[in-house]
Amino acid sequence: MNTTNTAQSEGPESFPQAATLELRHVSKEYPGGRGPAIVDLSLSVGAGEVCVLVGPSGSGKTTALRLINRMIPLTAGDILLGGRSVLDREPTELRREIGYVIQQIGLFPHQTVAENVATVPRLLGWEKPRITARVDELLHLTGLDPDEIGPRYPAQLSGGQRQRVGVARALAADPPLMLMDEPFGAIDPITRGHLQDEFLRLQESVRKTVVFVTHDIDEAIKMGDRIAILREGGRLAQYDTPEKLLTEPADDFVAEFVGADRALKRLGLATLRDIELLVPNGAVPAGRVTRGTTVRDALSQLLAQGGRPLEVIGEQGEVAGIVTLELLGGLLG
Amino acid sequence: MTPLASAPGPVIPNFGGGPSSFACERANRLFCSDWVSANWSTVLWPALRQHIVLTLIAVAIGFAISTALALLAYRRRWLERPVLVVTSVLYTIPSLALFELLEPLPGLGLSRTTAEVALVSYTLLILFRNTLTGLREVPDEVRDAAAGMGMGPVQTLVRVELPLALPAIIAGLRIATVTVISLATVAALIDNEGLGVPILTAISNEVFKTELIAAGALAVALALAADGLLVIAQRLLTPWARVAAR
Amino acid sequence: MHNFIQALQFIGRDGQVPGAPPLPTLVHLTLETLKIAALGLGISILIALPVGLWLGHIHRGSFVAINLGNIWRALPSLAVLAIGVAFLGLGLRNVELALVVLAVPPIITNAYVAIDGVERDVVDAARGMGLTGWQILRQVELPLGVPLIFAGMRTAALFVVSTTTIAALTGYSGSLGDIINNETSYHLSGVLGAAICIAVLALAVEFVLAWAQRALTPRGLKVTGSQDVARAIVPVVTESG
Repeated sequence: MNTTNTAQSEGPESFPQAATLELRHVSKEYPGGRGPAIVDLSLSVGAGEVCVLVGPSGSGKTTALRLINRMIPLTAGDILLGGRSVLDREPTELRREIGYVIQQIGLFPHQTVAENVATVPRLLGWEKPRITARVDELLHLTGLDPDEIGPRYPAQLSGGQRQRVGVARALAADPPLMLMDEPFGAIDPITRGHLQDEFLRLQESVRKTVVFVTHDIDEAIKMGDRIAILREGGRLAQYDTPEKLLTEPADDFVAEFVGADRALKRLGLATLRDIELLVPNGAVPAGRVTRGTTVRDALSQLLAQGGRPLEVIGEQGEVAGIVTLELLGGLLG
Repeated sequence: MTPLASAPGPVIPNFGGGPSSFACERANRLFCSDWVSANWSTVLWPALRQHIVLTLIAVAIGFAISTALALLAYRRRWLERPVLVVTSVLYTIPSLALFELLEPLPGLGLSRTTAEVALVSYTLLILFRNTLTGLREVPDEVRDAAAGMGMGPVQTLVRVELPLALPAIIAGLRIATVTVISLATVAALIDNEGLGVPILTAISNEVFKTELIAAGALAVALALAADGLLVIAQRLLTPWARVAAR
Repeated sequence: MHNFIQALQFIGRDGQVPGAPPLPTLVHLTLETLKIAALGLGISILIALPVGLWLGHIHRGSFVAINLGNIWRALPSLAVLAIGVAFLGLGLRNVELALVVLAVPPIITNAYVAIDGVERDVVDAARGMGLTGWQILRQVELPLGVPLIFAGMRTAALFVVSTTTIAALTGYSGSLGDIINNETSYHLSGVLGAAICIAVLALAVEFVLAWAQRALTPRGLKVTGSQDVARAIVPVVTESG
């Protein structure tokens, strides 16, 4: 029911600016006997795919992320970016090719937004005109006005704006891989929803390989092409598409983590566009929804309206059909 | 230094400079502007100039040493304690004592070098602590982001950590500079330079008020001016700090 | 090196110079120095501490309190002493006046910052629990403010001890500075000996105050290590006005 991942059907060559990522038997143990942080983690991410690492605290998801750009040293195993081991590369050089967004963002307070975004291009030695053009382009892309926001300092921005600048900064040098560690964690839920939507829209046009860490299973389902659930102690529990996770959880842990309401969550993956609507039967509808509404939200509204049918409005504002509790209930089968 | 002469009767002190009525001076009033203008270029201005030079050298050297120490202690935490202990002791020793203790050391003696060595020691504690604290107060996430973007340790230091530490560093420079200007008056004992010279001369001259006040006022004015300049420098160098946070 | 050995001998002789008429002993001069300094410091604390604490408690007068600190630092102690002597003549009273002028500002400034800077949340909670203003000051603000308050007093003590010795340059006799001022009588060895005594005295005063601070700091706040020593001597000022 999710939009198909065109990266997987079109292949990595279609996304020259997105690399494949592979973790092979990666392990991380901290000296001092605190126990392993990651144990034998193997997974591969296709070019242009969003892979979400999710799990409870202590599951090592942030550790796994920071192993990829060598902010933490590997104990065992290997990580291959675009087929090349990250261990072959010089760490600082490697990191300039990876976009890195953290929860507190870490914008440089002493530099303007424009200067912040230009950080990696400057490190790579781009010429000034190219940098300026790129900064403008990225600020536009993340929904910020370059003339207004560019010269400002981070202290003058709202939390949501800072987050966007953080993403713009990570994208600046057009890296083939993006690492994002709970990037929307410190934001209020409403703004978070907006930022998530915008990022998905961005991803559609920019198409990077992304590894995204979150503790929120709903965010994982929304953002991920494939989700890796890690358990405490750093072991992989399941690595699958959201659909598969919701319908075929590998074990009790996954089932519980995904939530007892996973059937409902599944319905959140589809919109009214994806199902066949009923023809209006003359009964007075209790309300209206658009075709873009998720099945889950439509179901929620139906319940709220006492089970009476809802009118579904299409793109041009015409009545496309109706939905009823029976229709949607039937989908759960 | 000879102690204050306790003369049996009124003595007309030696004022130097050209002939004038000396009425104001004889009465030892607070401030004889004639004397000031007559002696500006021979007494006051040279003293002021020397004072400025003494201060600049001391602060510059102190800044260089303490910055180097702070950068070292930033990377190697164990260094912090010994450096703090040594610089604290140096700071605690009263200026008079320190000047005298340095004098007999080989290569020093009654010279500008001795004065500079003592003055530099007074700046070390403040500058070292402020620079180190400023560096340490850089938010962790900023450092993390810089490393994650591929900045090496030197680049991070130069482009991120030091600029962000500037407010603390300049605050330290302000305190150090003003402290040195104040202490340099005592340095006249060792070095016969600076605004301490007219002050001490005035004292031994039946406490000649005009010279005393003129020199003292110049010292205070110099300190305030230096402080003000550094504040301006900070405003210029740290435009982001002025910006009102949301 | 030779000079320093002679200096130590001078100290051993309690400040007497062989072949010269009896001079005030080192012990006597040291005690006198301490007395003068203690008097000056004591008066300053009596005046400045309540004012600073009160201003901080009611959160008023920050402009004066902070800028007093800035201006004070710019006053060369030698000049202040000399001006005092110029106007008021020689005498203990005038030296003490100069000492008080020099010692009051850091005590006020630091006491103000110490009390004013106690976290609002903590004071709020105390008020919410029904403590009166006076009780808040005594039971909450004061204990939390001990480090900075002592920093101010230690800075003041340092200045007072230093300035007492300098007083000899302005003609006031009765402190260790006399020896330094009188090289003809005491020779270099005497001057050095006196300098060593002054240094030791200052460090001892600092040590005692540091111990007192540690004794008075509430257990939950104790910071160990030389950070504490240094921070108390010169509090880290990281914001400029």
